[in-house]
Amino acid sequence: MIKNKDIIFQDIHGYKGNSIEESLSRGDWDNTKQFILKDSEWIIDQVTKSELRGRGGAGFPTGLKWSFMPKTAKENNHYIVINADESEPGTCKDREILRNEPHKLIEGTLLAGKAIRANVGFIYIRGEFVNEAKILEKAINQAYERGYLGDNACGSGYAFHLHLHRGAGAYICGEETGLLESLEGKKGLPRLKPPFPANAGLYGKPTTVSNVETVAVVPTILRRGADWFSSIGRKNNTGTKLFCITGHVKYPCVIEEEMGIPLKVLIEKYAGGVSGGWDNLLAVIPGGSSTPLIPKMVCDSVLMDFDSLAEEGSGLGTAGVIVMNKSTDIIKAIWRISKFYSHESCGQCTPCREGTGWIMRTMEKLISGNTKIQDIDLLKNVCDQVEGHTICALGDAAAWPVQGLIRHFRPILEHRIKSFNKTEKK
Amino acid sequence: MINLTVDGIEVKLPEGSTVMQACESVNAEIPIFCFHERLSIAGNCRMCLVEIAGSPKPIASCAFPIAEGMEVITTSKKVKDAREGVMEFLLINHPLDCPICDQGGECDLQDQALYYGRGMSRYSEDKRAVDDKPFGPLIKTAMTRCIHCTRCVRFMDEVAGVHELGAIGRGEDMEIISVAESGLGGELSGNIIDLCPVGALTSAPYAFTARPWELKHTNSIDVLDAIGSSIRIDSKDEKVMRILPRLNEEVNEEWLGDKSRFACDGLANQRLDSPYRKNSKGKLEKCNWDEAFDTIFKKITKFKNNEIAALAIGNSCIESMVTLKDLMSGLNVSNLDSRSELSSLPIKASERCGWLFNPKISGIEKFDSLTIIGSNPRYEAPILESRIRKAWLNSDMSIGRIGGDCMLSYPLIELGSKTSIFDDLLNNSHSYNKVLEASSRPGFIIGEGVINRKDGYGIIGKIRKIAEKYNAFNEEWNGLGFLHTSAGTVGALEVGFVPGNKGKNTTEIINSAHKGKIKFVWLLNTDDCDLDAFSNSFIVYQGHHGDKAAEIADVILPGRAYTEKEATYVNTEGRVQRTQQAVQSPGDSKEDWKIVRAFSSILGKPLPYNNISELRNRIEKINPYLTVENYVINGCLSNIGDPDLKISNHDINPLDINYYMTCPISRFSETMAKCSMQSKKNGKKN
Repeated sequence: MIKNKDIIFQDIHGYKGNSIEESLSRGDWDNTKQFILKDSEWIIDQVTKSELRGRGGAGFPTGLKWSFMPKTAKENNHYIVINADESEPGTCKDREILRNEPHKLIEGTLLAGKAIRANVGFIYIRGEFVNEAKILEKAINQAYERGYLGDNACGSGYAFHLHLHRGAGAYICGEETGLLESLEGKKGLPRLKPPFPANAGLYGKPTTVSNVETVAVVPTILRRGADWFSSIGRKNNTGTKLFCITGHVKYPCVIEEEMGIPLKVLIEKYAGGVSGGWDNLLAVIPGGSSTPLIPKMVCDSVLMDFDSLAEEGSGLGTAGVIVMNKSTDIIKAIWRISKFYSHESCGQCTPCREGTGWIMRTMEKLISGNTKIQDIDLLKNVCDQVEGHTICALGDAAAWPVQGLIRHFRPILEHRIKSFNKTEKK
Repeated sequence: MINLTVDGIEVKLPEGSTVMQACESVNAEIPIFCFHERLSIAGNCRMCLVEIAGSPKPIASCAFPIAEGMEVITTSKKVKDAREGVMEFLLINHPLDCPICDQGGECDLQDQALYYGRGMSRYSEDKRAVDDKPFGPLIKTAMTRCIHCTRCVRFMDEVAGVHELGAIGRGEDMEIISVAESGLGGELSGNIIDLCPVGALTSAPYAFTARPWELKHTNSIDVLDAIGSSIRIDSKDEKVMRILPRLNEEVNEEWLGDKSRFACDGLANQRLDSPYRKNSKGKLEKCNWDEAFDTIFKKITKFKNNEIAALAIGNSCIESMVTLKDLMSGLNVSNLDSRSELSSLPIKASERCGWLFNPKISGIEKFDSLTIIGSNPRYEAPILESRIRKAWLNSDMSIGRIGGDCMLSYPLIELGSKTSIFDDLLNNSHSYNKVLEASSRPGFIIGEGVINRKDGYGIIGKIRKIAEKYNAFNEEWNGLGFLHTSAGTVGALEVGFVPGNKGKNTTEIINSAHKGKIKFVWLLNTDDCDLDAFSNSFIVYQGHHGDKAAEIADVILPGRAYTEKEATYVNTEGRVQRTQQAVQSPGDSKEDWKIVRAFSSILGKPLPYNNISELRNRIEKINPYLTVENYVINGCLSNIGDPDLKISNHDINPLDINYYMTCPISRFSETMAKCSMQSKKNGKKN
């Protein structure tokens, strides 16, 4: 359980407002200059020691990622890009940061930019976040007015400029290289890796793309020390994390908790419990739509962090917890996810373009049960054929929920088919 | 060098190579769709997946760089499954219409499905259907067959430089479309037919006319422009069905201009299939060879030698020009020319650097600056245009242009079209001097806009001076490239089909003809000169199409087109190449040199060669290299042009040509007529 003093996003629910005065009163921009004046290595070292892992879904160690950037930089040759294209169904943590704590993000971007020797930063914000973009734009302007950004950021002599770019509404533009393509003004098609963005990213220059939450916690880590952050949570899964709880719960919410909190506690304490009681729980998608679901049996004891969920064959992802009680048609629910991925596939590479549609159509037949038992195996095989064979991870994301469904709910699928065939025969 | 293993075999390759190259080096076969070695890597078909030991996911070998100690596996079950999976995905939405698809028999998808696919289909849903797109008169689309490899998009973007193709839509709804509703632009669009690995883009004129296994392939060269691209003629039942490019790194790489590819239907129209002569009513009527020769004999013996003239080029081969030249010298006629009116090309072999594309076509890639003078490579030689674009893409070459306003596929420094610029450049008083100064290998392309001028000799002299000033005209580097438009030009100059001693050149012949002083003219494939001049002369036209000159001729001698004879041509860079006979010529037409040789016997002055090898011996005496196929004739340095000649202030303008209609073959091609109409509709300058 998190202690009150350890909460990073003190106003994540927006009770106090997002104005710069309020932000300053929460400690943002407090002597940021001292961190900028220290060298890049120090910032990266602190982040590495804090064991912060990327909050965008993959959980890659942030300090390590930043250290991949070339150590020498010509002027305006490196870029920091903030991925605020939060489109994962079930996830709304970045939205709350953008709404209520924009200065944490802006300050974090400056420090991350300093860490990777970038003088220019871009925030790529999801197009649908109209109000959030307005808030962020206002906050950036305020930061410029107060001299926190600009040619002499925070009076440190370090030049840092921040640009806000609105997306046009494509899930795939949240993929880091798809985002870079889109930012360059092209179609948001993910790039082949290697080369990784740290070598050739935006406009071919070394670039780091980081998630909003990852960057927004960095100023607090630097202020309170890496040890403080790493003392929260479990080993290798440290710190606090924003969890988004949606679905069949009493009070859907975004809440900051420490990593490794039991799922049951999270749901019961903050979201008011599963509607109909814990025993009415069917399954939970623990990390946004792309992670495989976990059945109630697993939910009873699982801890919410990267490694625990990976052990259960799922993942923490973006920590978008989707709770489904027994009133859910689980097949239809997963079909809806498949439909989403089929719609959002960029169409560039073969397995994803063709496979997501096939998965979606087979799932559609499974809703009514108008198919054969063998089609479950076919579906699993098609998922396996998509997974790991694509340019970006969207193919994997489309395959995992269905694979999870088959792994945990195969009897339901078979029952649906059998009962359909029985009624048809009559 | 990096060491790695492919299927256990050790490989050593330079850094930056891809896994696919490593696999190829040990002949481990990798199936591909989207990869093409001349295009950027897209990595989107996922067919080339291979396993790397230690990596959980298979990787796309076309894009993945090799690393020290890497173990590549191409034969494992994982790889086989991955290929089967991708193949299945490609096929689920691909129509099963191979029996009515023109790609059948030469389809990558068909072949690879056989080797790498599963034997059966597991997909029971409806297949996707996609609307066909208007890609113009050359390209037939069946977009339902598209597998989204984007080769066509990349080709148009990168090689052709025409940014008209792209993909819209996401996921399954992704479609390849063109922004131009009336069809694709550019002069290289036909190449996307070859690039398309499936039957989505097929040749419209060739549609449903033949299957690839019915075709006879003949390797030959193209003569519809002065580049001499390597081609393969596909024929069926003595008819040319289609023409495809053939790999030739030095000339056309593996591309072909639209005219060279699609004008072949013109070979079947308006052909001269029998000799003709004018009857007493002044109307052309069919006759036999004896009658035709008899008519000529009666006339030619009547006139004095200075009243007789012979003009050649178009796409005349050197065999026919040598025989005609020998025939004329037998009659003591020195009024021969192959150059167009006002041409400033030199005639002495010692000055051949004044007619050759000296830096060579592949040498364009060595340029670090290029000045295009009075030329429009896009219409005159699209292959050359793509080479320039390639060079520009791969270097920071700056390209200047004097004369012309057509859009080219690279940014230009417009230097206007005033002739005063040459003096400015010589006096260091032009901003472009800096560009030339900064480059160590400057190139100059000199087009017909300079060559065909009264004062062209002066301009060429000044260009030579400029080139000398910037080290572009010396033993090590000769950057002057003369770009011609006719396949016969260089060959004619090499064999000396030029005015003999006291002979008249084309301009003088035409002027004399106007005055009635030329009473007999022999036109060898010559349709593009001032034919009205000869209205009072006796005209013998030797050629293969009933074009402009045949209409006014008194006697027509039907020759053969380039697909029907084995003939030698020299391209603009001096490369000696030979066409091969793919089909029989129509009717009573004969090989051109044999016609002239036969007539020499009638004259009673038989030429001393009875077969092709004896004729080649004769050609060898003119220039020993003209019989060596693929030899590139080099021009030694000489003081071409006259820099002191006064030049007029007429603007320099490239030849105003309609790319699709430059020779009798293309003028009688239905396909080219459609293209011509389309390009007019689009506005020529697009």
